[in-house]
Amino acid sequence: MIVSMDLELKDVPGQLVRALIPVSESGANIMSVIHHHDQRTPSGAIPVQVVFQLTSGQLDEIIDNLEDNEMRVVSVDKKYRLESVTLILIGHIVHSDMGDTIDQIDSTGFAEVVNVSISMPGIDKPSSASIVISASGKSELIKAVGILKRVAGQKDLLVIEPIQTDSLR
Amino acid sequence: MRTVRLSIMGFGAVGQGVARAILQKKDYLSTMDIEPIVVGISDRGGACVEAGGVDLEAAIERKQKTGSVAASDLTALDVIKDIDHDIMVDATPTNIEDGEPGYTYMLEAFRHGRHVVTSNKGPLALKYSMLCDEADKNGVKFRFEATVGGAMPILNLAQDALAGNSVMSIEGILNGTCNYILSRMTEEGLSYKHVLGEAQELGIAETDPSYDVEGIDTACKLVILANSIFGMDVTYDDVDITGITKITPESLSLAGAEGMVIKLIGEVRDGNDGIIRVAPKLVPKNHPLAVGGTLNVALLRTDMAGPICVKGKGAGSIETASAILSDIIAICKNRC
Ligand SMILES: NC(=O)c1ccc[n+]([C@@H]2O[C@H](COP(=O)([O-])OP(=O)(O)OC[C@H]3O[C@@H](n4cnc5c(N)ncnc54)[C@H](OP(=O)(O)O)[C@@H]3O)[C@@H](O)[C@H]2O)c1
Repeated sequence: MIVSMDLELKDVPGQLVRALIPVSESGANIMSVIHHHDQRTPSGAIPVQVVFQLTSGQLDEIIDNLEDNEMRVVSVDKKYRLESVTLILIGHIVHSDMGDTIDQIDSTGFAEVVNVSISMPGIDKPSSASIVISASGKSELIKAVGILKRVAGQKDLLVIEPIQTDSLR
Repeated sequence: MRTVRLSIMGFGAVGQGVARAILQKKDYLSTMDIEPIVVGISDRGGACVEAGGVDLEAAIERKQKTGSVAASDLTALDVIKDIDHDIMVDATPTNIEDGEPGYTYMLEAFRHGRHVVTSNKGPLALKYSMLCDEADKNGVKFRFEATVGGAMPILNLAQDALAGNSVMSIEGILNGTCNYILSRMTEEGLSYKHVLGEAQELGIAETDPSYDVEGIDTACKLVILANSIFGMDVTYDDVDITGITKITPESLSLAGAEGMVIKLIGEVRDGNDGIIRVAPKLVPKNHPLAVGGTLNVALLRTDMAGPICVKGKGAGSIETASAILSDIIAICKNRC
């Protein structure tokens, strides 16, 4: 998951470092920090925008940590998704631990399975699923699809990818 | 009028199609100053030979009545080696184990100074560079438009009509049997097995369909594209192949719900991220590659002309003969 967080920091030395410590200690990967010195709030605080990659579950902890340290978290935007793709899976999808298949994508921190529809025609018959993966960027999406293909290969599932359509104007 | 002496090796659907095309196009060819004469035809039963020109109508009739075109003691190799002619047309069966008999026929034809036009993928998928080297060494032409996409022009399109362009990638549906099966499964929601049986009944799929449905045929065509258009040096073993046998009707309807169809796509890409792969792929319904029935289609991405798409009949007797005839004419224009 990609998080974009707006903070307001007091204008005293060391504040920025103190703000970033809880983020980086959580294992998140800080992608960018924008320090808006020129856009002080009426109370004199400095707005800062931090964008980071995060594995799910730790965000609340980070926010609590920041607020305990008297930093104001103005907004948190988790819907910072850039690219997504729909794929089809065929095989014994459920019996090969669907949860694990999804976890392997979700635990990357840069990509997430956002939708799954499964069709199961009968107990001994292979199931089919369409699965939508979102990621923070194109190369992350390619990586995530690579992970899915590797996991699917281990579980003897067929992955059907879309053709490349980008260069067709 | 230039007389062009031909031999036809293999007298099945394609070989007879070539004979019919020559009969039908006699006047058309004479306007191009070309007078084709078939001096020998062979099948598994033997050969018929006539230095002044085999009677093609009689040959087709004999084949249909007796099962063989043979009317002499000569073999196919005797014809290739000993009967004087300009172009050997190879329409023998595709064999991807060792390329025979086509491979030996082609080599012998080159060594005896004969140009070769073929619809047979086997030898090209296995020994492309050896064949081209042998043709070059003997100063003769080697053309094989019919091996990829049947009637649909693709090799000559890339090499002649689009000359000057670099082709970056080609992807497409190169097997009409697979396209038919997937299209019917999509339209009717029927199982793979059911539609395969239907296709076999209609003569669209072979009794042993594995060559088509496992993606082997598409892979052979990709090898030919990769070698001839991209200048690669690959063989059948270099292709990453997944066929269509595991496709379920449910997967097709899930794809449909997303505005997509599933097609068996062959793909060759040049450069560092080079790819040569056959796999079922999701294709948006409104995309040029989303053609139905038994049609073939190819999308070429070129540096100057941009994307170019061709579609057409990938098989059929007279359709495949059309591609062979265009190669024969190209050789004649080039002075054989
Ligand atoms: N059919 C199509 O639409 C199509 C399209 C594109 C490419 N092709 C390719 O074109 C080639 C011919 O296809 P087709 O459909 O015409 O096949 P076909 O109907 O099976 O004809 C093959 C012919 O080759 C003959 N033959 C077999 N072994 C031979 C040998 N050792 N020496 C001489 N002749 C021999 C057979 O003889 P008998 O008649 O005595 O059995 C038959 O006449 C194949 O390589 C195929 O992959 C076909």
